[in-house]
Amino acid sequence: MSKIIQKIEQEQMRHDHPDFRPGDTVKVHIRIIEGSKERVQIFQGVVIKRQHTGMNASYTVRKISHGVGVEKTFALHNPRIEKIEVLTLGRVRRSRLYYLRDLRGKAARIRERGFNKG
Amino acid sequence: MPKTMGILGKKIGMTRIYNEMGFAVPVTVIEAGPCTVLQVKSEATDGYNAIQVGLGEKKASRVNKPQAGHVAKSGSTGFYNIKEFHVSNPEDYEIGQKVSLEGMFQAGDVVDVQGTSKGRGFQGVIKRHGFHGGGATHGSKFHRAPGSIGCSAWPSRVIKGKKMPGRMGNDIVTKKNVLVMDVRTDENLILVKGSVPGAKQGLLKIFSK
Repeated sequence: MSKIIQKIEQEQMRHDHPDFRPGDTVKVHIRIIEGSKERVQIFQGVVIKRQHTGMNASYTVRKISHGVGVEKTFALHNPRIEKIEVLTLGRVRRSRLYYLRDLRGKAARIRERGFNKG
Repeated sequence: MPKTMGILGKKIGMTRIYNEMGFAVPVTVIEAGPCTVLQVKSEATDGYNAIQVGLGEKKASRVNKPQAGHVAKSGSTGFYNIKEFHVSNPEDYEIGQKVSLEGMFQAGDVVDVQGTSKGRGFQGVIKRHGFHGGGATHGSKFHRAPGSIGCSAWPSRVIKGKKMPGRMGNDIVTKKNVLVMDVRTDENLILVKGSVPGAKQGLLKIFSK
């Protein structure tokens, strides 16, 4: 990639987000503009994948809303994301947790990851 | 072509930037200018009004003598790219003057961008002209051929302009009404929305409107 483009992308990238992986439960604070008003919407769920690198990085969060599975994909460097809170760290054995789509309730639980739990 | 001044640039590549609303916008990064005015052509002497500019200065050892003599008045050694812009006010420019992004463009402007499209080589009618072609299977024997190219006894020839296979691409293409997203005068960069014709490192003409 050209150095000029690298520089332009570097300017836009955000480095204030905490580190998180697939399997982690996160709370995403999204600034939403409705007409002239601006408010913060919170989307809480499990990160099921992280995609791409650099400026194009994104992640997908899945949650069950009123019994219906909802997935949202966010650009990691989007300025409209106020902050990302990591609630729990999950221990999972793959990078794309698509199997969660077929599971509900207890079966869709994810084991916690800690310093000693690996 | 529009009778306005413009600037020469080099396509660097594409990326995306976030606008003030937080939406990602695809942009092409162009390194434009500074260009040097090499010749001012006027109706009286040349039959038309134009400004000749050069981009990318060459060192003296790489310049041939005709060009060296031509650019000598502008106080430079030679250029990799020399192009003309048709203008209505050639008297406003003088030889040796530098043309840069500063003051010419700003974010929110609409410009035309001209470049040479990527060459595709010899292509058939499906790729070159968008013909539909025939079925691949079910006994079809008509796949990607152009089909009939005209009538028989009359007119006994193929009409002019019939769409046929041939060389595709490598044409001069102008993309009109391109929105300028950002101008960085200190780095000679202009970011325009969407794609522009040609390959990376290709020469572009940006016309102000």
